[in-house]
Amino acid sequence: MALVDVKGVSKRFGGLTAVSDVDLTVSAGEVHCLIGPNGAGKSTLFKLIVGLYPPTTGSIFFDSVDITAERPYARVQRGMSIKMQAPSVFKELPVRQNIQIALQERLSGAECRTEEERLLALLNLAEDSGKLAGALSHGQQQWLEIGMALALQPQLLLLDEPTAGMSPEETYKTGELIKSFNAEGMTVLVVEHDMAFVRQVAQRITVLHLGKIFARGSLDAILEDEKVAEIYLGKTHAH
Amino acid sequence: MLKLLDGPQTLGRGKIFWSCFLAVLAGALIYPLFADSYDVGNFAYFLIWIFMALGLCLMWGYGGMLSFGQTFFFGIAGYGYGVLAINMGGGTATIAALVLSVIIAMIAAGILGYFMIWGGISGIFFGIVTLSATLVLAFFLGQTAGPEWHIGPARLNGFNGMKGMDPLTVGSFDIEGAALYYLMIALIVIVYVALRMLVNSSIGNVIVATRENPQRAEMLGYDVRKYQLLTFVIGSGLAGLSGALYTSWGQFITPSSIGLPAAAMPIVWVAFSGRNDLTATLVGSFLLLFGFQTITVYSQQAALVLMGVLLLATVMLAPQGFVLGIGKLVVDWWTRRRRRDEAPALADASRLQSDET
Repeated sequence: MALVDVKGVSKRFGGLTAVSDVDLTVSAGEVHCLIGPNGAGKSTLFKLIVGLYPPTTGSIFFDSVDITAERPYARVQRGMSIKMQAPSVFKELPVRQNIQIALQERLSGAECRTEEERLLALLNLAEDSGKLAGALSHGQQQWLEIGMALALQPQLLLLDEPTAGMSPEETYKTGELIKSFNAEGMTVLVVEHDMAFVRQVAQRITVLHLGKIFARGSLDAILEDEKVAEIYLGKTHAH
Repeated sequence: MLKLLDGPQTLGRGKIFWSCFLAVLAGALIYPLFADSYDVGNFAYFLIWIFMALGLCLMWGYGGMLSFGQTFFFGIAGYGYGVLAINMGGGTATIAALVLSVIIAMIAAGILGYFMIWGGISGIFFGIVTLSATLVLAFFLGQTAGPEWHIGPARLNGFNGMKGMDPLTVGSFDIEGAALYYLMIALIVIVYVALRMLVNSSIGNVIVATRENPQRAEMLGYDVRKYQLLTFVIGSGLAGLSGALYTSWGQFITPSSIGLPAAAMPIVWVAFSGRNDLTATLVGSFLLLFGFQTITVYSQQAALVLMGVLLLATVMLAPQGFVLGIGKLVVDWWTRRRRRDEAPALADASRLQSDET
């Protein structure tokens, strides 16, 4: 069953067409990776799905409901959650308060505090919980933002380059974290350049190129695709 | 609920802070017993403006909305009180006039805020639009000198201002002098405590999150526009409370209390004090008002120049505010001292423990 259905969506910025007539279906319960070279329109497509940009043409459905005209907060209330490409935390507020703000709509009192501690431990941020979020390293800010996105317990988790700035160990741990949440039923849509990470988590892949869908399929099928290798992976990398 | 009094959004917490708070409050309560009635009346006058400063602190410091419109709402409620008190016949009806005039100011804030916030106006443009509204109101009221400008028996009187309204009255008792002073103290305590609870609540969390990063706040499922409007209405309503109390205190109000020099004053008070903290704003605004009034006795121009110099000094030397900066220094010094005192005690305790084992 399709959780997200993007139908014929285009986005133009003046004379530039960033996304052109894209159809994308994300099935409930899968980890779907969106890959493509720089400038392919991946982040723009993310922002269209989450409502930060209105599409020039086309429609977006979430759980069979047309959400094209809805504002971002309404889409989040329906069950979406996003981690942006650049860390987007509340930098002048303590780490703990960042998590609290994400949790407080769903939980309160002792339940909220328990979940807060669990997430801080999960994110390896318990010791830094009193620090201002802006004082964390880039990688830690990425973790914090992932934690804030997870705090909403979304049906659909959108992650835009979640491992940028992370060490290989942190990247692997992030992959395992995503897989564990997916195992509990969370649908995940990821934009990522790190192919090791994509291999670790992806169940289905869509390749974007010059704002259009270039290929889609299973991980193996995409890696075997010569054309994908040419535009993005590089032949030696693909095999 | 009481837990909300202390929280991450307010400087000063724990027994020491609240003991100091109670000591200052006790001092304020016994002050009229020792001071002459002129000084008590003067203090009541300073306190009238505190609400406007706290309202701006909420909007600007916590909500990130720099409003130049505090005197716009001050004027609406001030003139509103005058019109209502005159039309309702004075007496106890002045209490209703006070409440209604503040509600009118809040409704005006709701309308102006709705168009600004839903229209996507933010940052410096928020200040420009609110300043424009303030100047328009001041100019409009300035040209209402003719006899045709009246609401019932209440004449607006142009630049000469409106007069003839009763002070706040309960039965036949006029709330003036020491009674007004005590009313101010009670209202300030209520407003200060209520604002502390608001900013430390989950609503306050969203207000500061919106200041920090409105897009991120929206991506956590919050309709940030509603929180911004709420902040704007409360902050502007507090300016309205100052306006209505000012009119009842002096039994007059003029357009000059709305215009540009008056509109800049709350910005100076709050910037100098420290816009990010209610206590700093409360203390700093009172000190500035006291200093301003003292200097005004000798030269109003000198007082205005001093305000300008203070604003410049704040921007250049202490962008977070002087009072807040000093407060943080005191807290840091106290924390360091406590840690220093605790370190030998902990060492002694661990030595004792190891001796026992």
